[in-house]
Amino acid sequence: MPFILSIVQRFKNERRNMSLTSRHLLGLQGVPKEDIQLILDTATTFREVLERPIKKVPTLQGKTIVNLFYENSTRTRISFELAQKRLSADTINFSTSTSSAKKGETFKDTVRNIEAMKVDMIVVRHESAGVPQYLTRISKANILNAGDGLHEHPTQGLLDMYSIREKTGSLEGLKVCIVGDVGHSRVALSNIFGLNSMGAKVSVCGPLTMIPVGIEKLGVKIYTDINKAIAENDVLNVLRIQLERKAGQVIPSTREYHNYYGITAERIEKNNKNILILHPGPINRGVEITSEVADGPYQVILDQVTNGVAVRMAVLYLLGTMH
Amino acid sequence: MEIKAKVIDEEGLVRTITRLAHEILEKNKGSQNLVLIGMRTRGEFIATRIHEKIKEIDSSNPNLGILDVTLYRDDFRTRLKQPQVSVTDITFDVNDKEIILIDDVLYTGRTVRAALDALMDLGRPNTIQLCVLVDRGHREMPIKADFVGKNIPTSINEEVKVKLKEIDGEDAVYLVDCSKV
Repeated sequence: MPFILSIVQRFKNERRNMSLTSRHLLGLQGVPKEDIQLILDTATTFREVLERPIKKVPTLQGKTIVNLFYENSTRTRISFELAQKRLSADTINFSTSTSSAKKGETFKDTVRNIEAMKVDMIVVRHESAGVPQYLTRISKANILNAGDGLHEHPTQGLLDMYSIREKTGSLEGLKVCIVGDVGHSRVALSNIFGLNSMGAKVSVCGPLTMIPVGIEKLGVKIYTDINKAIAENDVLNVLRIQLERKAGQVIPSTREYHNYYGITAERIEKNNKNILILHPGPINRGVEITSEVADGPYQVILDQVTNGVAVRMAVLYLLGTMH
Repeated sequence: MEIKAKVIDEEGLVRTITRLAHEILEKNKGSQNLVLIGMRTRGEFIATRIHEKIKEIDSSNPNLGILDVTLYRDDFRTRLKQPQVSVTDITFDVNDKEIILIDDVLYTGRTVRAALDALMDLGRPNTIQLCVLVDRGHREMPIKADFVGKNIPTSINEEVKVKLKEIDGEDAVYLVDCSKV
């Protein structure tokens, strides 16, 4: 017995001194399993902090973080800002509508100027894929991707995994199906990369016009029948139909989409009552999901939002205290 | 690293824990309003043992919590390795309580400083008393323990290693020389 205990202890000691392998979080593609595990485990600590009467810890005191949002956002932006404030960092918010970007300043100049004011971390959301990557070349700060074009949204992927793990205990071998507009979704890609490295079995479901060609090369199964997808999976991550990204061009109407792919209580009752429903928000009620399901017993949609703050605190902590 | 002496053995540890439990009860006139909080990692197990002892002596069951102070540390910028944080597990109210803060070794006092900040964020206790298994000196903060298992004067090159069955497989306290590698 002592022998086994000593092995456990050695393992614990190794974990104790672990930090992330990269000083940026640009996406979940290629992020090792151990890193994801570390972020999710660290988030558990911050979940506890969020339950306290004083929801603030002094960990990132003196660090300055800029939230560079070139695209609209409610959840992600508030969530990042709260996470930063709860870690006692100083935060600055930047949005295109009120800045000199309107006067024609280039992205590079804007970033250079902000950096000249001595910032430690930059959280960036942009409508073009690859902007966070580009930032790592022109800035010395730690870069966090809060969504870039149709590429990735890593913190959403992480909080989805955290929310699933919180309910199921483990991600290994779990069957997760991403439903809906996969082609227009950065959430889908981050989920696929993250869940794959955690050993889950990922599939996608939707009309073929919404499923990118060649997606099976990422190791995902394709369903076109929503009933079958519900019956054969443990978790559904229901994506929003992104009308602002011209999703209307790939489906005849939202009503028809709802008839064929909408998540309804009836479909769940009939096929799989034990399924867990996630939705990254904002919800189009009555399109990809009915109100009955979105507010019902199968979903963890608001837990996802709470967990989002904890997961972002974990990422900010791990990157912000790195040497 | 070379072991210089075994300062406390298994039986000695049992006696020390028993004495600490009695002292805590004596000073606080029983276990009314008493709360035990162990600091991760080894303080947690020492707190559990003192808690067991208090239950035995006083036939009462004071609240027991675990505190992780990583987020309150002052050495993030100077340490080479990033410490892993773990969860604080204090589910009860600490307002107006007599808190016994328990750790294995008292050294610079910086961890205790962090713990005090962490506790203040949880509420306003009536008192916070510090209980340590070993006090090895070399304080860098104005902090003093209320209950001490054993005072071990050390040189700066020495280290006190507390081993506990729960994680190390044995109960003992060693004095280790770190100057010889």
